[in-house]
Amino acid sequence: MSVDAATVRRIAHLARIAVKDEEVPHLQGELNAILAFVEQLSEVDVGGVEPMTSVTPMVMKKRHDVVNDGEIADVVVANAPATEDHYFLVPKVVE
Amino acid sequence: MTDLTSLSLAEARQGLKAKAFTALELTDAHIFAVEKARALNAFVLETAEEARMMAQAADLRIARGEGGPLAGIPLGIKDLFATKGVRTTACSRILENFVPPYESTVTARLWHDGAVMLGKLNNDEFAMGSSNETSAFGPVVNPWRREGSDAKLVPGGSSGGSAAAVAAHLCLGATGTDTGGSIRQPAAFTGIVGMKPTYGRCSRWGIVAFASSLDQAGPFARTVRDTAILLRSMAGHDAKDTTSVDRPVPDYEAAVGQSIKGMKIGIPKEYRIDGMPAEIERLWRQGGEWLKAAGAELVEVSLPHTKYALPAYYIVAPAEASSNLARYDGVRYGARVPGRDIIEMYENTRARGFGPEVRRRIMIGTYVLSAGYYDAYYLRAQKVRTLIKRDFEECFARGVNAILTPATPSAAFGIGEKGGADPIEMYLNDIFTVTVNMAGLPGLAVPAGKDGQGLPLGLQLIGRPFDEEGLFSLGEVIEQAAGRFTPAQWW
Repeated sequence: MSVDAATVRRIAHLARIAVKDEEVPHLQGELNAILAFVEQLSEVDVGGVEPMTSVTPMVMKKRHDVVNDGEIADVVVANAPATEDHYFLVPKVVE
Repeated sequence: MTDLTSLSLAEARQGLKAKAFTALELTDAHIFAVEKARALNAFVLETAEEARMMAQAADLRIARGEGGPLAGIPLGIKDLFATKGVRTTACSRILENFVPPYESTVTARLWHDGAVMLGKLNNDEFAMGSSNETSAFGPVVNPWRREGSDAKLVPGGSSGGSAAAVAAHLCLGATGTDTGGSIRQPAAFTGIVGMKPTYGRCSRWGIVAFASSLDQAGPFARTVRDTAILLRSMAGHDAKDTTSVDRPVPDYEAAVGQSIKGMKIGIPKEYRIDGMPAEIERLWRQGGEWLKAAGAELVEVSLPHTKYALPAYYIVAPAEASSNLARYDGVRYGARVPGRDIIEMYENTRARGFGPEVRRRIMIGTYVLSAGYYDAYYLRAQKVRTLIKRDFEECFARGVNAILTPATPSAAFGIGEKGGADPIEMYLNDIFTVTVNMAGLPGLAVPAGKDGQGLPLGLQLIGRPFDEEGLFSLGEVIEQAAGRFTPAQWW
């Protein structure tokens, strides 16, 4: 399988990465090189094989559903590019 | 007094205990070495002030007889580990001003045991790379050079700063992370020891995530013993990482020097790839002979799905990365580039914040997870991963204790030499190491010789799950036979 220019633009949009028109041919070439490389997996017989979900057999541990942290709003927003009164600021999303 | 930077970690520990020098003297010697070695670009942040304070605290603890296992030992930390109050960037522009309000579990354990932080080490952006050339801080220069040449070589990646700093005697040990070979390949390229532990052995909490089912932290040092000492402090259960394993941490150092008599060592025929340089083939055979002379038994084994590990990795790892890196959206942390609306803000932020290799991998990951392609790519790759793991299980079930392979298909190469036109050329560096991550196994890279141009080459030992001890015993045999490797200082 290989991707065309329109698909490259669609993937970039899904990935939320702005791509300039002049970057598309180069990206398309690179993505197709990687896709051609992984194409060899199609020759493997995977009939009846379970997909891996956990590399080490283990039961996921669960903790009690209780509040065990918090009251640190200053710390939580400290690295944000734009905040106001402990809220993260974003461009307007609701008209 | 001998130069304190020439000591091994175990020797420094002994000297501190015997009060031959103080932790502050040891730290100052390393701070001086770090400052002199800026041409290597190994450190992206030097924390000399903090290091001196930590060293003084260690001296007080040592004087009271309360020094921990690493009291006063100066270390470097890969910039993928969150360090409280100390800028942590993953060597990406998108995190250029990120100061974590928390400490990663692995580094917290090191400080608890008395270690001293010299600073943060360079790496490929978000650990995506095999040469440390994708870092937003620029490439790291390998302290090794080809004989008669001053061409700059890569230290390998992604933990290139860690490997270069340890090889150049700027610190006694360093932390790394290994998703496809990012500890073992740079260890081999710089003539030092690097261990990728079993998946789950070290907590991933507080480490910038790349591919969560493959990522594992591990130590770098100049000797097998030093590496074992560091792993004991780094490993252990952590309630904050559900994939961290709740089992006791053995005294890895005790395994160093243990007899390997009767151990069965598998030599996998699939690792004899086309075009493998004769000197690597020779080194591999030599390594086997050393183990045999120490009483191990060599057996040829087959791992038939080996050749599919790298292509499967380049589906699984980007898929997980595309999901993990979705959090860098310019809202909660990191840089923000404005746009007309929120979507354009995301797109502009991520286009500016991520470098080309990271963008490429996010896009591949997004594609293989997108509707209509999930089964053909992602699901199939996860099935192949099951087969890769089964190959190893069948091998171990036949009584094989560990597997010996070359660590890399070549010695260190020049900066700018690979991957410019075709990303696959760079990816092939991890051909011998990536299988280990896919199967969640422990792997140890040990320096074993030099190539015709005087560059170090390494061997890899692959172990059964949680048998890091067996690898340390075997690695010590190779180190004793091969000796240690120190680059001539030119910086």
